[in-house]
Amino acid sequence: MSDLIRAVDVSKFFPLPEGKGEFTVLDGVDVRVDAGEVVALLGRSGSGKSTLLRIMAGLIPPSSGSVESSGRTVDGPNPDVAMVFQSFALLPWLTVIENVELGLEARGLGRTERTKRALKAIDTVGLDGFESAYPKELSGGMKQRVGFARAFVVEPKVLFMDEPFSALDVLTAENLRGEIDELWNAGTFPATSVLIVTHNIEEAVFLADRVVVLGTNPGHVRGTVTIDLPRPHDRNAARFRELTEYLYNVMTTPDMPVASAEATPARPKSGGETRSPFARPLPHVRVGTISGLLELIVDMGTGQEVAGLAERLALPVDDFLAILDAAVLLHFAEVSEGCVTITPAGRYFATATIQDSKTLFRQQVLEYVPIVATITRTLVSKENKTMKADFFLDLLDEYYPAAEAKAQFNTAIEWGRYAELFEYDAVEERLKLGEATAAA
Amino acid sequence: MAQRMLPGPGSLRRVSFGLSDVAVFLGAIGLLALIAKVGAGAFTSFAPPQVVPAVSLDPRNLPYYAGRSTLRMFIGLAASLVFTFAYGYAAARSRYAERILIPLLDILQSVPVLGFLSITVTGFIALFPGSLLGLEAASIFAIFTAQAWNMAFSFYQSLRTLPSDLVEATAAYRLSYWERFVRLEVPAGMIGLVWNAMMSFGGGWFFLAASEAISVLNRSYTLPGIGSYVAAAVTAKDMPALGWAVLTMAGVIFAIDQLFWRPLVAWSDKFRLEQSASASPPQSWLYDLLRGSRLAGFAGALWTPVSDAASGLLSSLTQVRPRRAPGPRGVIADRVYTLALVVLVAALVIAGVRFIFAAVGLREVVKVAELGIYTSLRVLILLAFATVIWTPIGVAIGFSPKLARVMQPIVLFFASFPANFIFPFATLAFLQYHIPINTGSILLMALGAQWYILFNSIAGAQSIPTDLREMADDIGLQGRQRWRRLIVPGIFSSWVTGGITASGGAWNASIVSEVVTWGTSTLTAAGLGAYIAEATSKGDWPRITLGVGMMSLYVVCINRILWRRLYALAERKYHL
Repeated sequence: MSDLIRAVDVSKFFPLPEGKGEFTVLDGVDVRVDAGEVVALLGRSGSGKSTLLRIMAGLIPPSSGSVESSGRTVDGPNPDVAMVFQSFALLPWLTVIENVELGLEARGLGRTERTKRALKAIDTVGLDGFESAYPKELSGGMKQRVGFARAFVVEPKVLFMDEPFSALDVLTAENLRGEIDELWNAGTFPATSVLIVTHNIEEAVFLADRVVVLGTNPGHVRGTVTIDLPRPHDRNAARFRELTEYLYNVMTTPDMPVASAEATPARPKSGGETRSPFARPLPHVRVGTISGLLELIVDMGTGQEVAGLAERLALPVDDFLAILDAAVLLHFAEVSEGCVTITPAGRYFATATIQDSKTLFRQQVLEYVPIVATITRTLVSKENKTMKADFFLDLLDEYYPAAEAKAQFNTAIEWGRYAELFEYDAVEERLKLGEATAAA
Repeated sequence: MAQRMLPGPGSLRRVSFGLSDVAVFLGAIGLLALIAKVGAGAFTSFAPPQVVPAVSLDPRNLPYYAGRSTLRMFIGLAASLVFTFAYGYAAARSRYAERILIPLLDILQSVPVLGFLSITVTGFIALFPGSLLGLEAASIFAIFTAQAWNMAFSFYQSLRTLPSDLVEATAAYRLSYWERFVRLEVPAGMIGLVWNAMMSFGGGWFFLAASEAISVLNRSYTLPGIGSYVAAAVTAKDMPALGWAVLTMAGVIFAIDQLFWRPLVAWSDKFRLEQSASASPPQSWLYDLLRGSRLAGFAGALWTPVSDAASGLLSSLTQVRPRRAPGPRGVIADRVYTLALVVLVAALVIAGVRFIFAAVGLREVVKVAELGIYTSLRVLILLAFATVIWTPIGVAIGFSPKLARVMQPIVLFFASFPANFIFPFATLAFLQYHIPINTGSILLMALGAQWYILFNSIAGAQSIPTDLREMADDIGLQGRQRWRRLIVPGIFSSWVTGGITASGGAWNASIVSEVVTWGTSTLTAAGLGAYIAEATSKGDWPRITLGVGMMSLYVVCINRILWRRLYALAERKYHL
């Protein structure tokens, strides 16, 4: 088999601050990109999909395992690859053509040859006439076209795309996605294969021949779904909808096995119950957002399909799933077989007055969100009913990298404040037991 | 927007010289001639140390002297730039280098470098025996010390805060280290670099004036220049000559602003990191002229093959090599390195303390510490007065966009005018009206330092969002309440920035403003600055070391105790 790039048993750990061990982002991942195919890496945030892409591009080294590209082990920026970035990553002080020429310049091409090739690539992405414009004069969609031209011009074996359409508005993204797909189907694509990272299920089914589904905590391959549709993939085909719904189902049910052509070893579940209350990550969602989603589902009638719901809300799938996770964590909703049902508590929370829903929220949080419950208990047991934030941040640091620890802490604070369990003084960085709780 | 990339067939015929080309051509020729004339002076006036070049007080010589001084300023700036790239790059790239270089930079930034002038002058004279080149180098070094630290720190900061997606893009497209440097790292730091260089250029004039005529080790040295002209005029009590010097200085500062800094600022605006265009880009007539001129474009085209070849060579020398596996030795090497650093610093401190105590004893150290208190008090009083006087004026200017447009360049001009040119006038006034120098020196220090408070008050007031001001009007916040609730919190961050800069300037100025002369009469205040100045002119090494060390200690302590905290408070609570 003519695989161009393969990741073999790749793992990635990041050291936690102050030598508190390691945080595992990827755990024993095998991924292969063959000649002539489009592969999508589909996963939620925390599945390490972007990290995996960067390891395969040779931008960061794996902690263990290896990446092979055209038969060579990758030990630095991978010459077979050109990358399209989510944020475009254009140098603002270079014109369009200078940005496109960047990769050619690095390969030591002469000025005339560079200009010739760059003009051709700019033509391919439809930016004729904008050669000497600066990125700040362009719209988001045009900026990403420059990003594509910069990648096309070096004629890579594999084009890597890191959520290339997610920074664009819906219509622009749709348009550009369509054009890239047409280019691929026409057989004039300037690369042999494509590897795209996405959290957008529809996008994966539309563009890819194969979808590799990644699981979270730590990132691992759950399985591969082959998109057995003739190109271009017709969105209205029954099979398209079937595959999309199946993938939605897979994404909302972390334990569900993924029908896979490649055998994936059964993973031992890490013992969830005995873990520290700080080890279980909270979805970063505001309480008001949870309430908003529940109200919508109540209005639309319970038993909604997750796929349909996500579409109607026009929310990024990642955000949508995080809100749903939070609702499930608080026992306000249940997901089974790709359908959302609202629990009686959830219905009450969505419809009651502010004070009543706060009381309910307080109960649910204390029962089902161990980290908030533990913080509250700690404050209650203290003589002066206050505690420095650093105390809890240190505990979180044991399980997360610094930025994520801070984010976890902020979410816990947000929920606890809403529940009026405790107060937080951001200037003093100190937690204080809420008056209601203190009196109780 | 669509512009032709390659010259079309008709383009040759269209090459005709416009008015802008004539102007650019004449300007370029004139500049070259000027540099040749002034630069030649620096070489022909080599003289044995017995023959100290005299400075003629004929005002007709002033343009030439100003030219000599300006040349020094630009050589100092170029040296600062080279230093900035090397130092900032090393500090940002090597973890080991960072741990020495950044604390060192922090100290150099806050220490009154003017106190080191005597040390460097002696060093450079020894380096070039029998010629004026040593003095020339010492003066340039003084200018360098006024600029280099700020610039290096700014470059280091921008290297540390490069947008990670751009760093990844340059790595993914396998740019060599040289290409990353010219395509990403320098452009990303450009705006900060230009701004910092421009602001510290003013400080450079101050140091230049202090370093052109200096007495070190019981000897006076004079270097032809506008600073030594002022010194000579003071000795000769020549009031008209002083007036001419101030006028010339003002003209030079104005010209350099128009011909150098403004075009540079206008050009550097394209290095903004935001992906959207700025609302009101800085303007410069000279920059527009150069851009409109075909001649400049033609010169650029001639240069292209040369720069291409050079950059190709540098790129091939700085290819990114495959990474090596990180070894386990990291932790141990780290500890050894830290230990070595601690030992080194401790050894230096012990050596310094022994050197001082061997010559002066504890009583003098206590006395110098007391002098330090006087100077600290002067700095604090100055800050308090400058704040009370200039903040309301600054806020008034900042709240009126029209006034701000007119006043900001004027304030910037005053800030970059070397205050020591005004000192003789003030000294004369002190003598005439019997103002004691102990309080008078506060005024002298304020001459340079106060502008930072004013300038930052204006900037702070401008940064208060209009809707907040409208809200304050709407709910009828007035007088004291308006200041307490809106203005003070709103300008606090800017005021802290201004305060730090002003206090740094004032400490430096204390060395030249606690001892002033007019003709043969000398006024000396009780203070650390006067102590250092006296020790310097006598060439008393232990006392120079003690004085400078004590002042550094004061400055670093006040920075840690006062400014750091205010800064943290501003960041935490009053960030708009």
